[in-house]
Amino acid sequence: MNGFHATHAGENTVNEPVSRRNFLKASSAVASSSLVSSSSQAEMQLARPANPPAGFSDRLSLRFEVNGKQVAVELEPRVTLLDYLRERAGLTGTKKGCNEGACGVCTVLLDGKRVNACLTLAASCDGARITTVEGLASANGTLHPVQAAFIEHDAFQCGYCTPGQVVSAVACIHEGHASDAATVHEWMSGNLCRCAAYPQIAAAVLDAAKKGERA
Amino acid sequence: MNNFSYSRPQSAPEAVKLGGVDATMFLAGGTELLNWMRLGISAPAQVVDIGLVAEMRGIRKEGNSLWIGALTTLAQIEADPLVRKEAPVLAEACLRAASPQIRNRATLGGNVLQKTRCPYFRAEGQLPWPCNKREPGSGCAALEGAHERHAIFGWTDACVATQPSDPIVALSCLEATIAVVGQRKSREIPAAGFHVTPQEATRIAAARGREAQVETQLGAGELISAFRVPLGNSTRSAYVKVRERESYEYAAVSAAAAIVIDAGRIQRLRIALGSVAQRPWRLVEAEQALIGKPLERAVLAAAIDASMREARPLAHNQFKVRLAANAAVRAVEAAGKRT
Repeated sequence: MNGFHATHAGENTVNEPVSRRNFLKASSAVASSSLVSSSSQAEMQLARPANPPAGFSDRLSLRFEVNGKQVAVELEPRVTLLDYLRERAGLTGTKKGCNEGACGVCTVLLDGKRVNACLTLAASCDGARITTVEGLASANGTLHPVQAAFIEHDAFQCGYCTPGQVVSAVACIHEGHASDAATVHEWMSGNLCRCAAYPQIAAAVLDAAKKGERA
Repeated sequence: MNNFSYSRPQSAPEAVKLGGVDATMFLAGGTELLNWMRLGISAPAQVVDIGLVAEMRGIRKEGNSLWIGALTTLAQIEADPLVRKEAPVLAEACLRAASPQIRNRATLGGNVLQKTRCPYFRAEGQLPWPCNKREPGSGCAALEGAHERHAIFGWTDACVATQPSDPIVALSCLEATIAVVGQRKSREIPAAGFHVTPQEATRIAAARGREAQVETQLGAGELISAFRVPLGNSTRSAYVKVRERESYEYAAVSAAAAIVIDAGRIQRLRIALGSVAQRPWRLVEAEQALIGKPLERAVLAAAIDASMREARPLAHNQFKVRLAANAAVRAVEAAGKRT
């Protein structure tokens, strides 16, 4: 395992026991390195010209503000914001579900607006401000009021959709779309919960909104 | 998703020039194109991201019409006070499309260029069934397959798909035009005739002497730059979307209506149906038959039912004829109730 951890530069793994999260991260490092080689093969099969036409690039130098931190990264054009966040930035709080914009588990805030990270190219976000679920709590660990309300109202079962629900709810409240349960259901419709915790989710959103919190 | 070369120009002329390179596609919000590239519907060698082209964004009044830049998002349109007041049918159609997250990215220009939701078409990779849109000449799996949600107008044995856009139905009833910039010239296309049915596509293909799965009037390298909505007859307008769940779902059918009433009598009426053909379907016969008539349900229903006689439902979507007629009646009534 140490060999795998060594590939994550800057990650402190020295005295850390093998947690589920780190095991998964290590596994995904293996999986993603095999993806890299298969996609290289795909690129070769495409027989694209060695050099892109004038005005186009194959490697992009991008800058984002992610959860308040300035980041510079070099990426292939096809990398989505979701894959960048999970595979490169190590922000695995943002989930990958349908990967086609149907489920909402990949919801993040892009310049303050909620979007599906799976339907957004990282390249299109150059110069933008991105907030993921990891960026909601305070530096001292105090939960965002929406996160606290989700716990208080037991607004999840399996929890897979929860990061997307929470980020979406922060935006929903900020937009002024949390006046009553029907409005919340309509404006949270982009986030599916297959455990069907919808009544609890709506209650949490309404409660957080009532407490006057703003994202 | 195959890789591609990428460009992000800041002006429309620059974008159009880059779009002239062979095997290049434009990217606006990305909510459609990314899925096409994942499924193998498209595999562009180059992508021109037009997201920074500021001149193609925004909503303003120009004379007696509304100018809406092609890059304006559905969220911006649904919330815009001018659109809500002058053309509420368009605000409602944008509001009922997709989800809040998608509406924050999806642009009006991209929305009208979305492709059918036919499940035989929207599948990944090499398809184990025929689809003329994916593999011209292979056939249509939906014709004898699961086609409850497919066309009741304008289809051929080659394709029974529908165009699922909500805004295009509103734009059609508003008699909006679509401004397009190309490599050599700019032009305007009526929104109601922007998409073509498979029947119309067959005629276009015959004229060109080759098989073509033409879906819109847009030519190679052309880019939608803006929409122009004439004002004056659209404040009393409404959009009705019928779907299997209450929110975040494509229409089974939809209807847009814009009405002018004087002393309780209809002076002018425009009705367009959505998700019944590969383009919005205007009920021209009913629009004309109802001039001078009172805004009463029985009167509306009789004229609209008569207008639906040209419908050709498939084996399993007969219900859409009744559903669409009822939606049209409701849309006209809702438009009439506006002040």
